[in-house]
Amino acid sequence: MGAETTRPGVGTELPALEIPITRTLIVAGAIASRDYQDVHHDAELARDKGSPDIFMNILTTNGLVGRYITDCFGPTAQLRKAAIRLGAPNYPGDTMVLTGRIEEMDDETRTATVRVVGANSIGNHVTGTVTVVLTESTEDRGTVTVTVADEVDS
Amino acid sequence: MATVAAAGGSEEPGARPGTDDLAARLKVYEGQPAARAGMGKDPVNLPMIRHWCEAMGDTNPAYQGPDAVAPPTMLQAWTMGGLSGHTARTGAYDEMLTLLDEAGCTSIVATDCEQEYLRPLRPGDEVAFDTVIESVSARKTTKLGTGYFVTTRTDVRVGPELVGTHRFRVLKYAPSGPERKPPPRPRPVVNRDNAAFWEAVAEERLLIQRCADCGVLRHPWLPGCNACGCLDWDTVESSGEGTVCSYVVMHHPPFPAFAPPYAVGLIELAEGVRMVSNVVGVPYDKVRIGLPVRVEFCRYDDDGGALTLPVFRVLDGEA
Repeated sequence: MGAETTRPGVGTELPALEIPITRTLIVAGAIASRDYQDVHHDAELARDKGSPDIFMNILTTNGLVGRYITDCFGPTAQLRKAAIRLGAPNYPGDTMVLTGRIEEMDDETRTATVRVVGANSIGNHVTGTVTVVLTESTEDRGTVTVTVADEVDS
Repeated sequence: MATVAAAGGSEEPGARPGTDDLAARLKVYEGQPAARAGMGKDPVNLPMIRHWCEAMGDTNPAYQGPDAVAPPTMLQAWTMGGLSGHTARTGAYDEMLTLLDEAGCTSIVATDCEQEYLRPLRPGDEVAFDTVIESVSARKTTKLGTGYFVTTRTDVRVGPELVGTHRFRVLKYAPSGPERKPPPRPRPVVNRDNAAFWEAVAEERLLIQRCADCGVLRHPWLPGCNACGCLDWDTVESSGEGTVCSYVVMHHPPFPAFAPPYAVGLIELAEGVRMVSNVVGVPYDKVRIGLPVRVEFCRYDDDGGALTLPVFRVLDGEA
């Protein structure tokens, strides 16, 4: 993935972010979001409820989507809205690949509407839309997407 | 109450889970508060922010240092009840969940989260919230099972200032799959004192025990007469006509083979003895003392084998 030198606009694709879905991530995310539902940390009880294993809670998914956006646009980018829908569950051992595309851009307010999809081996775990304000300093970076690309490659 | 319920269970159309009746009862909760004047268990704080960022792998410098703000997507986390549970939940929300549980919709999964962030939260902010039940869907069949989508909206405030809104949708559902078949109905306990009663029921006849000496009728069946102590007896066949002498409606505890709520009646037969059984042909909440009923024999064939039970149907036009 090469350096992005153009200003983000409609149609800009965000670099993909690969997230290994470890048991640790699922449990740590559930507890950090104060979600103690047993299906997010106890495999035996999850199976009793008809699930093959524990699975990621929606708050963690939301947190990862938020992280993906600010990773791409930089620390001064301001999230305004995040609307997500869950589909295929994130089970341990899977990998979720987050991708995004700028669908709308209000040049006056520098507000971007980004369509985000997180796909795992079963299907789309999450689909959603994030509205983010790109502040001046974000754009000054010029090469905001390189940061993420480097991280993915490492 | 288990032995009473075992006399018949419930087959009234109105009491079956997932009928329009349930949808209508769920609709009532739309617009009602689910949490009132809730307070975050902790003020917004750096340790919880740091734990969140560690879990998410989020290294954004905006969430670190003296000027740190909380990740906006933590909005809901500040309102979570945690292991000690929610204290601000209203009766309405719990009632609605109980209705769904009792209808077999015991599983829950979050499907949608829509958040709007009006200003960043900072360490020290004391979060307060109110949640309203926005909508309850009609019955939906999904890949997971059949159930209802419940959408709530939470307004999050710091002091009087609205800092964010959080719309949350869950599916409360009865998991699909063959393993979810209800367990067989409990069987009556048949012994040498009451065997003749159950043999007659299997032939769709209702027999009443009669003392061979003093002629007093009795039910349930017993070895001896309560009036004179005589051990000899014969039987008379009941006409099957009777009235509801008393009744209860079973809501809780749910019994695996039956779907509450259902009515259990104490039926006074025309011959004068009383019998516990189900009142069928009317919804559970239309059963009343004095309703005229007539016996009918209900046949079941489940994993426990064939079974015939006497139940009492409300006469036409009487409910």
